[in-house]
Amino acid sequence: MKYESQKTAKLYFIAAIGLFVGQILFGLIMGLQYVMGDFLFPEIPFNVARMVHTNLLIVWLLFGFMGATYYLVPEEAETDLVAPWLATLMFWIFLAAGAATVAAYLLVPYATLAELTMNDLLPTMGREFLEQPTITKLGIVVVVLAFLANVGLTILKGRKTVVNLVLLLGLVGLAVFFLFAFYNPINLVMDKFWWWWTVHLWVEGVWELILGAILAFILIKTTGVDREVIEKWLYIIVAMTLITGIIGTGHHYYWIGTPEYWQWWGSIFSAMEPIPFFMMTVYAFNMVNNRRREHPNKAAVLWALGTAVMAFLGAGVWGFLHTLAPVNFYTHGTQITAAHGHMAFYGAYVMIVLAMISYSMPLMRGRTAANSPRSQIVEMWSFWLMTVAMVFITLFLTGAGILQVYLQRFSDAPMDFMVVQDKIALFYWMREIAGLVFLIGLILYCVSFFVGTDDPEVAIKEIEA
Amino acid sequence: MSQAFTKAMARNIFYGGTVFFFLLFIALTFDTMSGLPERDNRAALDGPAGEAIALGKKVWEDNNCIGCHTLLGEGAYFAPELGNVYIRFGNSTEAIAGFIKSRPKDGIPGRRSMPQFNLSDEELNAVAEFLKYSSEINTAGWPPNVKG
Repeated sequence: MKYESQKTAKLYFIAAIGLFVGQILFGLIMGLQYVMGDFLFPEIPFNVARMVHTNLLIVWLLFGFMGATYYLVPEEAETDLVAPWLATLMFWIFLAAGAATVAAYLLVPYATLAELTMNDLLPTMGREFLEQPTITKLGIVVVVLAFLANVGLTILKGRKTVVNLVLLLGLVGLAVFFLFAFYNPINLVMDKFWWWWTVHLWVEGVWELILGAILAFILIKTTGVDREVIEKWLYIIVAMTLITGIIGTGHHYYWIGTPEYWQWWGSIFSAMEPIPFFMMTVYAFNMVNNRRREHPNKAAVLWALGTAVMAFLGAGVWGFLHTLAPVNFYTHGTQITAAHGHMAFYGAYVMIVLAMISYSMPLMRGRTAANSPRSQIVEMWSFWLMTVAMVFITLFLTGAGILQVYLQRFSDAPMDFMVVQDKIALFYWMREIAGLVFLIGLILYCVSFFVGTDDPEVAIKEIEA
Repeated sequence: MSQAFTKAMARNIFYGGTVFFFLLFIALTFDTMSGLPERDNRAALDGPAGEAIALGKKVWEDNNCIGCHTLLGEGAYFAPELGNVYIRFGNSTEAIAGFIKSRPKDGIPGRRSMPQFNLSDEELNAVAEFLKYSSEINTAGWPPNVKG
């Protein structure tokens, strides 16, 4: 760590991990409700648990992205943040707003929350992932603007690197496309069409720029490969992301009342969306194989390689599985979608944030390069437990989804939704068990921060050319 | 990557590709907007049920229905698809209103149950009208059958 203001990231990462734990606990509640329908009913109905699960995910990933940015930008720009105090202030505002929103989800009926927050003045609530009260959404805008100003001015003041530039573009895109969350017409087709401008253009667009930039930073630091090489890869990967992903939005426009030519545009372009993820995998392994230094932070390198592989599998392979319009006709809105969503978010976004925490947290806690080998062993166990558990969650949901598609939509004697849900309960039970393993992995992850904190360091070794 | 392929070339592909495909996306968006009136059942919004549909969408959103159900395939996968529920319930708004109204307050032992939302008759009718309107959107033949 070269600049004092990088330490701002620490708060953000601690909050991110805390909210991550909350997200997983609510995931387990929902998983149980899939097989024990009356679990916690009517105190925490499924829709509330799901809202908490998905909103916590989004908020903790945003905390993670912001933390990663505050750590990475000064180091790349070779100058301190222009206003570290603003970053700290915004942290507390964001945390308070996030906590208040989640508490409100749990404490009052959603309709009451809509009324209390005067949703009718500017109705934005009650849409998937954008359930936050309008006032919370406005708060997010304020926090993000202050964040962008802070980061943007720091980048302007200092050295301009490709990593910083791509990251900033991703973050500006994140802010711009969030604004579509405020547009909610009565016309359902219009509502859905523009809703995707936030949701798709975030996760299959600008967030991938953030992912690419953070991964590039970690690879530069841990492998010592020439920055020129890594930056070239970064450019070409994010180029392919946007070239395929922007028109790829069309794979959401097959069955919502939009013109049918989207079945062609969406199928062709989204079929190419795995390409940048595949390139990312090839590149991450290439950089590590051609490394110029032995970095003692093995755990960070593991997370970095893991995110490349799992993003390709989750976003690339599982996305392609159901993206072609004739296939999607049967799979749209089933457990196949859920399977893809889980592995894609874990692989692309959870793991990159954890990779950045893994790389930077030891440095912010006063170590020179990495945590002790003992701590890293625990962390790597958590990596494997969570990652393997997520693979199985995805496989079980895929099994459930295939049966659901067949029984409810494909066979000659289609059955009712709830009849099918009963028939595939075994897969939901298995998913819940895999979820418990994930939780064990997450607990180990938290524990790893407290293991061997006083153990001696292993130094970075440069490899002779 | 080979030395002949320079960073400047990669950068140009990034900026050029992004701008080109974003402009193409905007062009397709314009075309979509001009094609929507043919498909999105907007006539219903200006018709006699228009006010009820608007209220129905508000009730739909204020009670976070999307947190369990899908609507045109989007939402949560815990409860049935509702884009075609009007057809599944025999083209009857009364049947939809009656179903929502009759949900037991404490659920059904051991099973998934829809919460009791205590909606007024006006709200119940409005939600049903909203779902009827949704079922009349041209969704290119989706869902594959009446089960949703």
